[in-house]
Amino acid sequence: MKNLLEVKNLKVYYYIREGVVKAVDQVSFSIKKGETVGLVGESGSGKSTLGLSILKLVPSPGRIAGGELFFDGKDLAKLDNKQMRKLRGRWISMVFQDPMTSLNPLMRVGDHLTETIKAHEKVTHKQAEEKALSLLDNVGISPERFRDYPHQFSGGMRQRVGIALAIVLNPNLVIADEFTSSLDVIVQSQILNLMKKLKKSHNMGMILISHDISLVSEIADRIALMYAGQIFEFAETNAFFEEHLHPYSEGLLSSVPNIKLSNQNLSYIPGMPPDLIHPLKGCRFYPRCSYATKICREKEPPLAEIKTGHLVKCFRYN
Amino acid sequence: MIAPKYSVSRLIASKLKGLSPTRGAEYFAIIGFLIISSIILMAILAPLIAPYNPIKKTGELLESPNHKFILGTDGLGRDILSRIIYGARIAICVTFLAISFSLSCGVLLGLLSGYIGGKLDSILALVMDAVYSFPGLILAIVLAAMLGPGIVNTAIAIAVIYTPTYFRIVRGLVLSLKESLFVEAARAIGAKDRTILFRYISPNVLSSVPIVLSLNAADAVLTLAALSFLGLGLPAPTPDWGFDLKAGHAYLASRIWWPSTFPGLMIVLLTLGFSLFGEGISEMLNPELGR
Amino acid sequence: MASLRVYIIRRVLLAIPMILILLSIVFLIMRVVGDPVSAILGGHAPQEQIEQIRQQLGLNRPVFFQFCDYVWQLLHGNLGQSLIWGQRPVVAEIWDRFPATLELSVYAFLISIAIGIFTGTMAATHRNKSLDHVFRLYGIITYSLFIPWIGIMLQLLFGVYLGLLPIGGRIGILMEPKTVTGLYILDSFLTFDLDSFVSALKHLILPSVTLGVYLSGIFTRLTRTNLMEVLEKDFIRAARARGLSEKVVIYKHGLKNAFIPILTMIGLQFALLLVGAVLTEITFSWPGMGTLLFERVSYRDFTTVQGIIVFFALIVVTVNLMVDIIYAYIDPRIRY
Repeated sequence: MKNLLEVKNLKVYYYIREGVVKAVDQVSFSIKKGETVGLVGESGSGKSTLGLSILKLVPSPGRIAGGELFFDGKDLAKLDNKQMRKLRGRWISMVFQDPMTSLNPLMRVGDHLTETIKAHEKVTHKQAEEKALSLLDNVGISPERFRDYPHQFSGGMRQRVGIALAIVLNPNLVIADEFTSSLDVIVQSQILNLMKKLKKSHNMGMILISHDISLVSEIADRIALMYAGQIFEFAETNAFFEEHLHPYSEGLLSSVPNIKLSNQNLSYIPGMPPDLIHPLKGCRFYPRCSYATKICREKEPPLAEIKTGHLVKCFRYN
Repeated sequence: MIAPKYSVSRLIASKLKGLSPTRGAEYFAIIGFLIISSIILMAILAPLIAPYNPIKKTGELLESPNHKFILGTDGLGRDILSRIIYGARIAICVTFLAISFSLSCGVLLGLLSGYIGGKLDSILALVMDAVYSFPGLILAIVLAAMLGPGIVNTAIAIAVIYTPTYFRIVRGLVLSLKESLFVEAARAIGAKDRTILFRYISPNVLSSVPIVLSLNAADAVLTLAALSFLGLGLPAPTPDWGFDLKAGHAYLASRIWWPSTFPGLMIVLLTLGFSLFGEGISEMLNPELGR
Repeated sequence: MASLRVYIIRRVLLAIPMILILLSIVFLIMRVVGDPVSAILGGHAPQEQIEQIRQQLGLNRPVFFQFCDYVWQLLHGNLGQSLIWGQRPVVAEIWDRFPATLELSVYAFLISIAIGIFTGTMAATHRNKSLDHVFRLYGIITYSLFIPWIGIMLQLLFGVYLGLLPIGGRIGILMEPKTVTGLYILDSFLTFDLDSFVSALKHLILPSVTLGVYLSGIFTRLTRTNLMEVLEKDFIRAARARGLSEKVVIYKHGLKNAFIPILTMIGLQFALLLVGAVLTEITFSWPGMGTLLFERVSYRDFTTVQGIIVFFALIVVTVNLMVDIIYAYIDPRIRY
């Protein structure tokens, strides 16, 4: 099957006074059509930056410093601002973390939708409105609320609007950045179910960015684990849970309570999060790793395919 | 489940906010400081550097700028350059007095009002708000007219306008600090009210005052100039920029531009000095506020 | 919209103590800070004459009763009578002059808003580039301008040397349009009086530009600061991610949200507009409230001065009230 998105050796750096923050460093992966990939990592692992860089919306002073992005075979680096704009929202769209702040407080909810439709399609206002209304129904919001303002919605309802905004033009890829983390647990599962439903009905590719591996695993086909701006392990969800190979994955899974893993002892990963301005020469996880050897300090391990479709960036396996 | 409070991008954004505005700010502050200090120096050294007596007729009436009178003479044959140099004394002196009056009144009342609270606080706050929202110069015009001319009277008329500014800042800070932990702690170890007010609260509050000070000084220079321009400032022969500007205005139609241009330029220059300085340090000390 | 009505009523009620406090401040200044009678007579008048004037102005009664009386008269639209020239009612004097001030202020305000929002937006969208620094400096410089001086410079250039525009007054001699509103531009337009219109416009340009430029720096700053803050918000990034054009993102989403804090500041800056108007009027012999105040202060027309101050106080409170109400209309969040 043809790849929907291909990321090759992507580097996204932030240029600040203290130096260059290598938020995403040499990341490569690909997503097939209709596939859902969970991008998991702790705060500061660069996963949000990676998400934004696919839309070429990395906030200043950050910018894409190297690598290639192919969407549907098109090289995104070659697209100018206008062409990128046509892509955003129409072919690739985004769901944001905090629905409280990602909607314009002065704009009616319905206008957010019609505005987006009219920015990409030549339709009358009436047609746009009809489309928006049917979509709201689709995500479980009653049509009477079309003319309400965002502040009149609850957090969960607002995130439904956020999702509606992302899927309004039937995009091929939806990037959802921590889309449930500002919601309480019950609403979280409702939104997650909505996403599952939409995934089936719309056959969209999705990138779910989250720090919560158990949540992502409920919906993702494959899981990419990020640490210090790099992908450490990439595998099918089931394979990942059956056999997580990287020491970091091991540490991470044992620090998250999970119903899929019975009688576990909760633990934590010792040590400090990595310094992204002066990354370590060898493996970036090495100071916190209990299996570290001499070579880990001196050389950076490659992201190698250990088993079919299971990639790990660690010297323990090669 | 708690959302991660920061991620790489947010961390950088917050860092950047603190850093970027200071780039121009340092220059602003330095240029402002140079302007202010040279005008103050000019005021101090006036008798040494002024070529003529500023209140005596030393040339023909309305001589255009020439080698003898670099900036020309005014309608009474007085040297404009000398009047400008001496005028700096009035401007600096009144501004300084007005700002000290309003600062001491505003800070003191603000501390008391904020700390004591209750009825006194609500009445004082309402009064100060009223004065604050009222057009300052108009109030100063009436006050100056009622008080009569003179350095101190003019300074008082100006000071009334700026007192609420200090009052509001100080009171607001006191109210928020009053509830903060270290004041609670002081109270818990049995410190008296007065001790808390002057030992614990005021040093914290006062650190934010200098920023406003410089900006108000800029305003005060303009207000003084306006009062003098309206003839409500200082008695007649005193060299005073605003008054000289007004006197020069009368000759405008005869294409005699020098008696009004130069005093006005000095007013703008001194104001600009204070504005640049205030703007600069406020951004350097407190980037959030400066933006 | 019922909640909006409640909000407005509550806001109007809150304005009343403000007016009373401003009134009492004016009253105290006029009676306690200085002695109005010696201000009127110049200090060296015989005792009987002083007594007579005190009697005439009601100054011999306790201040509190004078105050109540004044408020009572004010409620009936009476501000007393002028002490000079046929003793006209102060209200009539004010009504003669107010349209001129209103006309000047409105045009100056429009000019300043236009310049300020344009430059502020440019600065905010070019953050920390040279354009940003230029407009920031513009904000500081205009704020430091002394209105009479900049006015005189414009008079010199456009009036005296280039001879393009008149340097004073509101309209050419005997060219006043038929009075409809007292606003010459509007009146001459409504009565199709082209000559008056042109003359009024020519007279208006220099004063309104002077005042407008002086005020524009504040709006440059306000727009820059607030727009920058808004442009960092998530919903701006979200709007971009939906593929909206940069124009829509900045103007529709950004500027509209930035405008709310700007609007609240306009209420505070209104005092500055009035101060600027007074100075502009005096510089350009513009026959408005500012020149009236200046004249009557020099003539020691005590009641008129007091009336003008009270009138200014009423305007300030009214404008702040209006700003709050507009604010409630624009921002849907405030009503609840």
